[in-house]
Amino acid sequence: MTMQEDPATTGYEILETARRQVLEEGRGLTQEQLVEVLRLPDVALPAALQLAHEVRLRHCGEDVEVEGIVSIKTGGCPEDCHFCSQSGLFDSPVRGVWLDIPELVKAAKETAATGATEFCIVAAVRGPDIKLMNQIKFAIDRINEEVEINIACSLGMLTQRQVDQLKEWGVHRYNHNLETARSYFPEVVTTHSYEERLETCNMVKAAGMELCCGALIGMGESIEQRAELAAQLAALEPHEVPLNFLNPRPGTPLENQGIMDGKDALRAIAAFRLAMPRTVLRYAGGRELTLGDLGTREGLMGGINAVIVGNYLTTLGRPADADLNLLVELNMPIKELQKTL
Amino acid sequence: MNRASTSSTTGDAASSTTDSTPNFCGHCGEPDDGGSRPPSDPHLPCRELLVLEPPRYCAACGRRMKVQVTPTGWSAECSRHGVLVR
Repeated sequence: MTMQEDPATTGYEILETARRQVLEEGRGLTQEQLVEVLRLPDVALPAALQLAHEVRLRHCGEDVEVEGIVSIKTGGCPEDCHFCSQSGLFDSPVRGVWLDIPELVKAAKETAATGATEFCIVAAVRGPDIKLMNQIKFAIDRINEEVEINIACSLGMLTQRQVDQLKEWGVHRYNHNLETARSYFPEVVTTHSYEERLETCNMVKAAGMELCCGALIGMGESIEQRAELAAQLAALEPHEVPLNFLNPRPGTPLENQGIMDGKDALRAIAAFRLAMPRTVLRYAGGRELTLGDLGTREGLMGGINAVIVGNYLTTLGRPADADLNLLVELNMPIKELQKTL
Repeated sequence: MNRASTSSTTGDAASSTTDSTPNFCGHCGEPDDGGSRPPSDPHLPCRELLVLEPPRYCAACGRRMKVQVTPTGWSAECSRHGVLVR
């Protein structure tokens, strides 16, 4: 037997461990184990995805959660997240613009019409000021009057008072991403710290809102740091993890970072599922570039159980129908609103 | 600019962004002949990228536009040439 045919060296051993530990016992893989998954050779990738899919089915069920997102305030952000075209510190073509409330309500209606149960209102800010909070309150009231959908928000770093207000206004879920591993974070963001992000995440959880805390991979982090991020997210126990793949934006410090290899992206999907067997793992930005149509399908059969449909904040996604038709083809039911409450 | 996918325009001179050959690339804002010389078209990558992102620059004048993306569409407003909507 050659080295390449030895299960121990092709990575199947870690998959056998994962089958016992994650699938049967429901315990996520450790950081060290995740490195092994992320280093699996291509020949083991289908088996890793198959196992991740089995884990998803057993611990999350067959439903797929559908969400739409919209930017209420685009551009002009004072932070320097190196991947983001909305930072006012970079020479990006994105101009500042606000979405008015009627347009926001229209977007919520269109999102609900796709079968989505989540509608996330996003603002490019360090944290919300009084003006933005007032607009969010007004928007939530108008949407609730006209649309049956859960409302989520992503407004940057919050104070305890703002957390309490959003909870009181009925915000279902709050998004605040870790984005990358603690050890790599200073390479990506210098205007705020990892600890500040964690602080908001912990306040959101303590208040009883669902925490949506995601990752952006392909920013030049190492395999070990990718595993570190998955382990740090797992420790935070978010309700949902949106998984983004870098889409290098013009004018940002990461504009020349290459697009992540599709197989590495699929390995990451499997690894994140094996790290967090019960978490909603959502396809988010960048998958169209990184994975294309075929990869999108493989990810849905490899641990993903939620999608953002339609467009993103500043870039375009696959048409909503393309994803919805794919879910039908894969015999994956869309999670109903009642099941999310 | 991704002219074929633009469904409507408003504004005084909007027609100049849709009815004639664009002067500027919607992706990078540099002068553009609309791809009339494909073998040497420097904006071919831009046009491919515009499948997955809205135009950021006005095709008529090259000004940066205010762009709003929603889950099912986008609009791009040039201060001189009006609004493109898809």
